[in-house]
Amino acid sequence: MARITASVYTSHVPAIGAALDLGKTQEPYWQPVFQGYEFGKQWMKDNKPDVIFLVFNDHATAFSLDMIPTFAIGTAAEYQPADEGWGPRPVPKVMGHPDLASHIAQSVIQQDFDLTIVNKMDVDHGLTVPLSLMCGQQDPVKGAWPCPVIPFAVNVVQYPVPSGRRCYNLGKAIAKAVASYDEDINVHIWGTGGMSHQLQGPRAGLINKDFDNAFLDKLINDPEAAADISHIDYVREAGSEGIELVMWLIARGAMADAAGGPRPKAVQRFYHVPASNTAVGHLILENT
Amino acid sequence: MALDKPYLDVPGTTIFDAEQSRKGYWLNQFCMSLMKAENRERFKKDERAYLDEWAMTEEQKQAVLARDLNWCIRLGGNIYFLAKIGATDGKSFQQMAGSMTGMTEEEYRNMMVAGGRSVDGNRVVGEDGTAQAHRQPQGSQGKH
Repeated sequence: MARITASVYTSHVPAIGAALDLGKTQEPYWQPVFQGYEFGKQWMKDNKPDVIFLVFNDHATAFSLDMIPTFAIGTAAEYQPADEGWGPRPVPKVMGHPDLASHIAQSVIQQDFDLTIVNKMDVDHGLTVPLSLMCGQQDPVKGAWPCPVIPFAVNVVQYPVPSGRRCYNLGKAIAKAVASYDEDINVHIWGTGGMSHQLQGPRAGLINKDFDNAFLDKLINDPEAAADISHIDYVREAGSEGIELVMWLIARGAMADAAGGPRPKAVQRFYHVPASNTAVGHLILENT
Repeated sequence: MALDKPYLDVPGTTIFDAEQSRKGYWLNQFCMSLMKAENRERFKKDERAYLDEWAMTEEQKQAVLARDLNWCIRLGGNIYFLAKIGATDGKSFQQMAGSMTGMTEEEYRNMMVAGGRSVDGNRVVGEDGTAQAHRQPQGSQGKH
């Protein structure tokens, strides 16, 4: 039987990808950011998953205004890194896991979450930056990510985005779906995006360390309270793009305690301001 | 009955909702076209001619030509779409975000390094924070 053993949470700032790709990781500006992921990179080697279920948002890359799916699950065999306007990131293509992805799609839809099923999608920095941070740099041709990835895209671009509560409940449904997969494999679920940031208007550059740290506390110890945070509270307190944090609740809802099991153990917690316009947050929770 | 829009009183902020999305449909789709290298080349070669291929309003075209992102957003643009214009111009996300504050690139970068913009005074229209209308423009770059 498949099982979710851990969840990983991280910001996915595009400038972090650019800093990696342009060899700036040792610059004083960036060094503290990458230092915060040294633990995670080693942890990934010591706790290598068979599949990563990666919750991210597409930033007007694969999905234009032609189609705006609220929840989209990737069931393809592979995904190419997208050209977001600066040219594609020099990272390996992402191998999917069509079998588990289709299994999850069927199970989650039967649990009343109407997913969009995607078989063709380029993946942008929302997905590739977390992989780079947790798996280290990989040669785009000779290298490879350590395991298959199931991309799960959430609309956080056009308002209204799904509520934190709905995301949390969706996480529970994903955990059930994984647990009903026959093969004995180890699955990680990642929630990405955030933390506080605003990229638009005269309020651009907003950062709220108090909100972010309280969110990290709640996410670890009281996810029900985190799930209750309303859209307007994210916008007012964490900036218009801080609303990406709802994606962390999908990963959190998939942990054992959300279904009455034991509480997870926090093995890593990191917070740093700034990376470009954004507060960087990172957590690793292990099911016990 | 009117839709519930509790976010209209957040200063210096335009929430990209269904109404903005409808208004900005062609502006944003034009931006998407810049994800193809050949379109970026054609746009750079003759911006006006390229814009005229799209069913955008004249004002939307003017806002793009002026690279005034606040203006683009008022007309329905969304920052993730507008970022493709910045990418075409070789600008980073930080340069684009900073351009909407009236600060120079250096002033904005320094604000971020110092911990970013405080939320205090910037939660609700009518307070006295740096994002409030009566405090614009914020820096020496300001021209709008």
